[in-house]
Amino acid sequence: MIKIDVDMFQCQHYGQCVFEAPNIFHLNDDDKLEYLAEADDSERLNVEAAVDVCPMQAIRIVE
Amino acid sequence: MPEPVIIVGAAMGGLRTAESLRRAGYTGQLQLIGDEVHAPYNRPPLSKDVLSAGVSHEAVAFPSRAETADVEWMLGHSVTRANLNHRTVHTADGSEHAYRALVVATGLRPRRLDAEPGSNTHAVRSLDDAMALRDELVPAARVVVVGSGFLGCELAATATKLGCVVTVVTPSLEPMIRPLGEVLARQLRGRLEAEGVTFVLGATVAMVDGGVSVGEGTVIPADVIIEAIGSDCNSHWLAESGLDLSDGVLADNALRAVAVDGTTRDDVYVVGDIARFPNPMFDAVPRRVEHWNIPTDTGKRAGAVLAAYLAGDVESAAATPFAPMPSFWSNQFDIKLQAYGLPGLGDEARILEGDLHAEVAMGYFRDDRLVGVVGVGLKAALLPYRQRIAEFAAAQP
Repeated sequence: MIKIDVDMFQCQHYGQCVFEAPNIFHLNDDDKLEYLAEADDSERLNVEAAVDVCPMQAIRIVE
Repeated sequence: MPEPVIIVGAAMGGLRTAESLRRAGYTGQLQLIGDEVHAPYNRPPLSKDVLSAGVSHEAVAFPSRAETADVEWMLGHSVTRANLNHRTVHTADGSEHAYRALVVATGLRPRRLDAEPGSNTHAVRSLDDAMALRDELVPAARVVVVGSGFLGCELAATATKLGCVVTVVTPSLEPMIRPLGEVLARQLRGRLEAEGVTFVLGATVAMVDGGVSVGEGTVIPADVIIEAIGSDCNSHWLAESGLDLSDGVLADNALRAVAVDGTTRDDVYVVGDIARFPNPMFDAVPRRVEHWNIPTDTGKRAGAVLAAYLAGDVESAAATPFAPMPSFWSNQFDIKLQAYGLPGLGDEARILEGDLHAEVAMGYFRDDRLVGVVGVGLKAALLPYRQRIAEFAAAQP
């Protein structure tokens, strides 16, 4: 399992992460980011890609 | 032991290339040489949080990852020249470094105007630049921003929020007009003016004693002058390399460097703002794209192809098309812009949805095909348009 943390103070809900890890990140109808705080190891590469593309650098994987 | 892979340029593009090389299975030596003393950091906050909230390198540094723990960092060293035939690069301290493969990730530097002696001029590209400017942006300071692109407008917004009296002077007819087109650019100028920014458009800009001349004898007095008039490529160290340096460094779709005689080099790769490469999402024309996502996307691509080259099978990796979606965003006061594609390629702009005076999605069309979308305020609503831009690419031969 990996643990995912998004700094919701930093997050501006741009949704770039949604493309990289669609199973984890989602923009709801109010343009707000929703995400799963835990995911299977098979999602690690996708989540790392989401970390890379976040304009606000708000996402981290908690090791 | 084989020579190392050397990445010249230790910013976001160089870092992502190093990570990608390791992920793709390259286990040999890896050196990153960069002229800044700081480990790679995120530049967009430099025109925003670093100026207003006073954050440090720690707050903007990219997290370091386990796979690049054994990378040899040579920070604070500038590369002065390269000899591609001998496979060496030379640093300013006089030493020579042999490589097995080279990655060019030296990015851009701000273009500068000729300054008057004693004038207080700044440009913002590096963390040190932003730190130097930060102390100058005090309440009531008269700030003139030269240039009205995204960076100039962001700096104008940040300085205004800090209490400065800000004038943007520009030869352009509207701010951000080249990517956004006249209609949206004029609308956004109105919003910036309502927040207190003054614009002098269509100006013939020159530095003069005590301020900035905007033509016809008019001088805007300035305590602080911020130049945001674009960038030049850091390709001077490749002047004798034989590579095509007509705009940045030319590369093929696999990001292998291309020489002036048209040959590609399997042992030299180009990433980031300096890379001029064709993107089949649009056409076969090589372009440099100065958007934030490009160093990451090109770094990942170059790392994957280079690792395949080092493993002896470059062609299969290079044959996979590389079509990154350009994306950028900008925050100015409460205005939140986000864009996908290349709006500047469009020959026509149309409102896709929303209201120009509130939240809006503006589409940019070339030959009636959507090539770019810019959202003001909108976010999830842009995603179907992003998809349309990408699908157009997929339909290309």
